Amino acid sequence: MVAFSYKLKKWILYTVVAIIGLSFGSLDRCLAETTQIGVFNEALVLLLEKNFSKKSVAIEKLAESGDARSERILEALLSGDLFYLKKNKTLVYAHREGSAYAIREVLTDEDLGIEKKRKLKKIAINNNLRAQLKDVLARMGLTHADAGIRLAAVNKMLDTLTPEIDELLTDRLETETDPDVKEALMTALSIAVLRGGPETNTSDRLDVLQQLTGNLQPAVRNELTQLMEKETDADLRKAASAILDGIEMRIAIFEFFETLFFGLSLGSVLVLAAIGLAITFGVIGVINMAHGELIMLGAYTTYVFQQMMPDAIGMALLLSIPAAFAVSGLAGILIERTIIRFLYGRPLETLLATFGLSLILQQAVRSIFSPLNRSVTTPDWMSGAIQLNPVLSLTTNRVVILIFSFLVFAGLSLLLKKSSIGLQVRAVSQNRPMARAMGVRAARVDALTFGLGSGIAGIAGVALSQLTNVGPNLGQAYIVDSFMVVVFGGVGNLWGTLIGGLSLGVTNKFLEPWTGAVLAKILILVIIILFIQKRPQGLFPQKGRAAG
Amino acid sequence: MISYPKILQTDLGGSLLLGILMIAGLLVPLLNLTVNDTHLLHVSTYTMALLGKYLCYALLAIAVDLVWGYLGILSLGHGAFFTLGGYAMGMYLMRQIGTRGVYGHPLLPDFMVFLNWPELPWFWNGFNWFWFAMLMVIVVPGLLAYVFGWFAFRSRVTGVYLSIMTQALTYALMLAFFRNEMGFGGNNGLTDFKDILGFSLQSDETRAGLFVASVIALAGGYVSSRWVMNSRLGKLCTAIRDEEDRARFIGYRVEDAKLWVFTFSAVLAGIAGALYVPQVGIINPTEFAPLASIEIVIWVAVGGRATLYGAVIGAMIINYAKSYLTAALPDVWLFGLGALFILVTLFLPHGVAGLFRQGSFAFWWKKKETLTVVAERANL
Repeated sequence: MVAFSYKLKKWILYTVVAIIGLSFGSLDRCLAETTQIGVFNEALVLLLEKNFSKKSVAIEKLAESGDARSERILEALLSGDLFYLKKNKTLVYAHREGSAYAIREVLTDEDLGIEKKRKLKKIAINNNLRAQLKDVLARMGLTHADAGIRLAAVNKMLDTLTPEIDELLTDRLETETDPDVKEALMTALSIAVLRGGPETNTSDRLDVLQQLTGNLQPAVRNELTQLMEKETDADLRKAASAILDGIEMRIAIFEFFETLFFGLSLGSVLVLAAIGLAITFGVIGVINMAHGELIMLGAYTTYVFQQMMPDAIGMALLLSIPAAFAVSGLAGILIERTIIRFLYGRPLETLLATFGLSLILQQAVRSIFSPLNRSVTTPDWMSGAIQLNPVLSLTTNRVVILIFSFLVFAGLSLLLKKSSIGLQVRAVSQNRPMARAMGVRAARVDALTFGLGSGIAGIAGVALSQLTNVGPNLGQAYIVDSFMVVVFGGVGNLWGTLIGGLSLGVTNKFLEPWTGAVLAKILILVIIILFIQKRPQGLFPQKGRAAG
Repeated sequence: MISYPKILQTDLGGSLLLGILMIAGLLVPLLNLTVNDTHLLHVSTYTMALLGKYLCYALLAIAVDLVWGYLGILSLGHGAFFTLGGYAMGMYLMRQIGTRGVYGHPLLPDFMVFLNWPELPWFWNGFNWFWFAMLMVIVVPGLLAYVFGWFAFRSRVTGVYLSIMTQALTYALMLAFFRNEMGFGGNNGLTDFKDILGFSLQSDETRAGLFVASVIALAGGYVSSRWVMNSRLGKLCTAIRDEEDRARFIGYRVEDAKLWVFTFSAVLAGIAGALYVPQVGIINPTEFAPLASIEIVIWVAVGGRATLYGAVIGAMIINYAKSYLTAALPDVWLFGLGALFILVTLFLPHGVAGLFRQGSFAFWWKKKETLTVVAERANL
């Protein structure tokens, strides 16, 4: 309690200091920015003038103002989306909607609804202004403080290189510090030289060509392909051909890695879905057909949490991990105590009873939520992709889930290997009568194991909610696959499940480009059926007395 | 007086069943065809088709009871054999449409014209002959069961493993048949049938004929299954179910017995499917769905395993309940079905048929069960 209040005091202190600091800081910035704001407002007034030369001055001023809104204004001006309201000369972005326009205010980005065409006036530009705008926009992108935006600006220019932009790029190259942007600039300049045509010195072009070796930009590849078609010079063709081959080789390698990544991602999902099943099946020899529905419960727990905390989607997702474990785990213990424990030793009957249970759970979800899919939002830190290079990008949510499933696996292995309950679970699974003779309460271990396996299914549901639709059929879609993983990997062996799941996922993804998704799945099923013939105990059979 | 068949002399349930079937097979078509529409005793064509459908399901249930009740193989994939038989029949019916399809192509079914197929795929050849289609109704499911069983039984895959594999089998077939490229009509399946052997499928007389055919098939399926199970092979099956290793050590070829009964059962399922399709008017890949196959198992469980007539009772009860509930209370149906799975396995291990026998056998069953549970838990 003492520690808590101390912490609380500390936090209050920090907050107060932060608020004071912020207000001073902003005051400071305000003073410095007044002049810039002045320039910005001046420019906006000038923009409303009919005279094109005044508009030209306005564009320059906007570019210099450094205001974050300038870029969007200039882009709208270039694409003809910038209007003003005739009655009060307010600048607006207008977007055609039927015969009228949907408008937003420029300064505040406020939605002003729909306005009739005759109430608006477009800010006209001519060709000179258009050229100026392009130039200014390119410059603004290239001089932006954020290296990522600079990089994007350079890459955007690759297709539309003009001599003016070349100069701009050359100037920029001298001051640029970020290595990535520097490289992109070099690439752009090299392409410009290659496009120079016959009057450019051949040896220059050969030099430049060498610099493009292994460059993965799509624009480079297009350029080289075009060069191969048009170029007459034999040396140049030869060099270009060699470089193009090299580039394509690299692309093939990265595509291989991409497929491998998607395979591992699918595999990690399979492992997550199957690992709970592996525990219940391996330890107590029970086939739980309702396992898929326990996964579904986890996914719906995520949905409910996000509904309860709509402002903190990411937090809700994190909180739903333990919650889903608890929900599915308790459901599992309930199932074990009320149904399964009466059916031990009769695996086929267990299979039927749990199947009936899965029907009930599915229908319950249909009645409570809806038969339709519910949407679970992906938090910002999990959406988007990690762009490793122009060819290879990894979707963030898949990376997170891959890591997450390894963590779950590691946690579970630790639990089974190092904790006392894990010891008891292993003892019961290996030799039930002996374990009981040693004082292990087998019935309690059964219930806990079942709860553990079910809880893991709930966690898998949280992960799956980020990848697929959350609906009543979520579990069914994974149940056959999960069984395949368990059977393939070998019963009662977590490593078998891991290796089995990952290899099935990877094989599936590598087969898909050849055969299509459905046929790949069928092939996998056939392969597993044949594999079981050869090794009925799976990849990693149990050894010793536990086997059989 | 004709001497009463020996195999039915001790089979009271079976005799009753055959008697009822005989009466139904005569009465239902008669009441449908001769009694006036408005009369109280008139059986509508809809009811007759519904009953015909139940008869097909009952035959399918017998097929599952053969392998599950007598052989201890819980097949979660018998829907696959049923559906394959149905597809074979559907292909014949498709070819009989001729130029009466929407596109009026003389050779190709509508869906192939729609998909711009230039010619009939090779596996559709021959299905314009009825005898060939009927042969395929038997051969295709039988062959699949034989090949699958040969692999599975030789490597001694048993218990839940085998169940999951049969489920994977039907799941894979479902995925495959959903593909348009397979040449079986994709997810729409085969439908719009016009006539069979020259008789219009819309006419009451053809419907009555199909109903009688279903009655005969069910009766024949029952008698032949009873005959197999009363033979030495049947006794061996029971031995394998109860103590597979011991049967093997005594010197029986366990794999062979399993394989033949499994194949026989698949053929029965295929015939059931073939009779089902003209009465329902459509066959599509949803029949392959694992849920459909597992539903068959619950018919058998409710009716009572290893009795054969119990399977028929179960199929009739549950399908009647399904027809009624899915129309009246659609939400309740799945709850009810799910609850049925649990309650029957927990409280009614011998099904409805078991209730009749409970009086004399109850004690014996109970004792045997406890012993098995103890033995098997010790084995774990």
